[in-house]
Amino acid sequence: MSTAVEVEDVTFAYGETVAVEDVSLAVEEGSFLGLIGPNGSGKTTLLHLMIGLKQPDSGSVRLFGEPAAEFDEGERIGYVSQRATDRSNSMPVSVREAVLMGRFPHVGHRRPGPEDQQLVDDALERVDIADLAERPIGKLSGGQRQRTFIARALAAEADLLALDEPTVGVDADSRTDFYNLLDELNDQGITIILIEHDVDILTEHVDSIACLNRKLYHHGDTVSFLESDAIAEAYGTTGKIVSHDHP
Amino acid sequence: MSLDTAESTVDGQGSGRARRTVELAGLGLTGILAALMLGFSLVDWLRFVAGPTGSIAAGIFDQYVAVGGVLDTLLGTRVFESPGTIRIVATGVLIGIVGPLVGTFLVHRQMALIGETLAHTAFAGVAVGVVVAGLTGMAGTRDQLIFVAFIVSAIAALGLQWLTEYTDSYGDVPIAIVLTGSFAVGTLLISMFRDRLAIGIDIEGFLFGQIAIVTVEGTRMVAVLTVAVVALVILNYKQFLFITFDEQAARVARLNVRGYNSLLIVMTAVVVVGAMQILGVILVAGLLVIPAAAASQLGKSFRETLYLSVLFGQVSVLTGLFIALVASLPAGGSIIIVAILFYIAAVLVSDRSVGQLSIH
Repeated sequence: MSTAVEVEDVTFAYGETVAVEDVSLAVEEGSFLGLIGPNGSGKTTLLHLMIGLKQPDSGSVRLFGEPAAEFDEGERIGYVSQRATDRSNSMPVSVREAVLMGRFPHVGHRRPGPEDQQLVDDALERVDIADLAERPIGKLSGGQRQRTFIARALAAEADLLALDEPTVGVDADSRTDFYNLLDELNDQGITIILIEHDVDILTEHVDSIACLNRKLYHHGDTVSFLESDAIAEAYGTTGKIVSHDHP
Repeated sequence: MSLDTAESTVDGQGSGRARRTVELAGLGLTGILAALMLGFSLVDWLRFVAGPTGSIAAGIFDQYVAVGGVLDTLLGTRVFESPGTIRIVATGVLIGIVGPLVGTFLVHRQMALIGETLAHTAFAGVAVGVVVAGLTGMAGTRDQLIFVAFIVSAIAALGLQWLTEYTDSYGDVPIAIVLTGSFAVGTLLISMFRDRLAIGIDIEGFLFGQIAIVTVEGTRMVAVLTVAVVALVILNYKQFLFITFDEQAARVARLNVRGYNSLLIVMTAVVVVGAMQILGVILVAGLLVIPAAAASQLGKSFRETLYLSVLFGQVSVLTGLFIALVASLPAGGSIIIVAILFYIAAVLVSDRSVGQLSIH
């Protein structure tokens, strides 16, 4: 099995503040990795480093075997950020338009053709929102909106999904449906990297967990994660610092 | 949710189709009008060329003037028979297309005040033009000044782009600094050099727009920029849409986000300077922002929003110009008031809240 993302000794700082320190981990193709850690632990930064949105200060990141900075097959990565969800509130974009964006890296300046439209239709069907295609995305529920972004990644024929707390503000039922959908997509061979703060959800769906608080505290399958003290250590560190500051 | 289901009924689909037909018809009319006005600008230029081309152009030019005369007879006015008025209308029709076209992207990038800022840098450009013209012994005509304004404004646009990237936001602060700073430079330069150089500069004309002196060259510049901007938006529509909607995802998809941002902001600078001739420095941003904001209240898709914003912009410009010409009122003010009336109507008709559209 080949490696989708390979992170080696990566360190990244915002000015003086080190967000990610000496992290090494590999994400095999077809695996489902969960990233967990306290607020401000560098999860989002690590995810951004992995998909080439940020360049590490030291260390290296390889995407599908290529250095992430030089990787140019952007359509292979489907990215769902929390910020995308914010903008979609106010901007009048239909669901179909949003999903069609997944085809944009493929078509370049060309007009999307019938085969692109077909892929969009298939993606809408796949995540079960075909009936909402002409609806402005701002009028969807949180769960439907996240499905739209997944459909965009499917239309892009992405083989790596990078999801940053995708179910914030989504009701419990839609959340379960959403994670079941991710499971199905993972079963079909799509690699998924997911940031999620809910340990129960994470352990139920992913097959390996990276526990992070600036440094990597644990990386392994869910069983080894649950047996380890990683979570207590990772979250505890922050606690200790706080107790030092306020004796 | 009950509202959502109502939309998917057969009835809803029927009215959606009718709405689309009306929009496309309006857009078609706008296109025809724009083509006619581009044609006018072309013959206005070619009629002075020697030989058969010139005489054919002069013939067509006379036809335009004759149509203006017919319009006057129908309306009982005496304004459209003048080539000057046709130039004003031509400039208005064209900026009524490109203003809202770039404005719709800006509004949704939460860059609504970029237009205002670039208009102020254009004012500094005019002042620089006065100095350059004075020192090099050029005549310092309005056209030369506007040409310098194009260049200064485009450079300022790239500077602003760099500043926002450096400070990592299109925040209010860089905007306020560039906006007031360039205006300060403009006023200082003009005061310092006005008496020393033999150039009369009509500051009020630049600030508030002066349709009475829309020149042949000014109209031609707007014609050229319209063709360029419309072509660039059509060519890069998908890329502009993607970076506007989800800049990070566009970056992950390895789009050249910085390049497209620069292109958009330079296009804005050029459009602002073109539209400034009619609307003036102070009001020009309204033509970019208000039709786009009105359209965003109603559009179900981005494409529809873009179409509606061009339609609102076009009708606002035509109505505003008509009021201004017939009642001898300032054009900029008339156009903006009409645009705001459209916006209010759109807010009243729409079920979307205004607060969703942040303008800063």
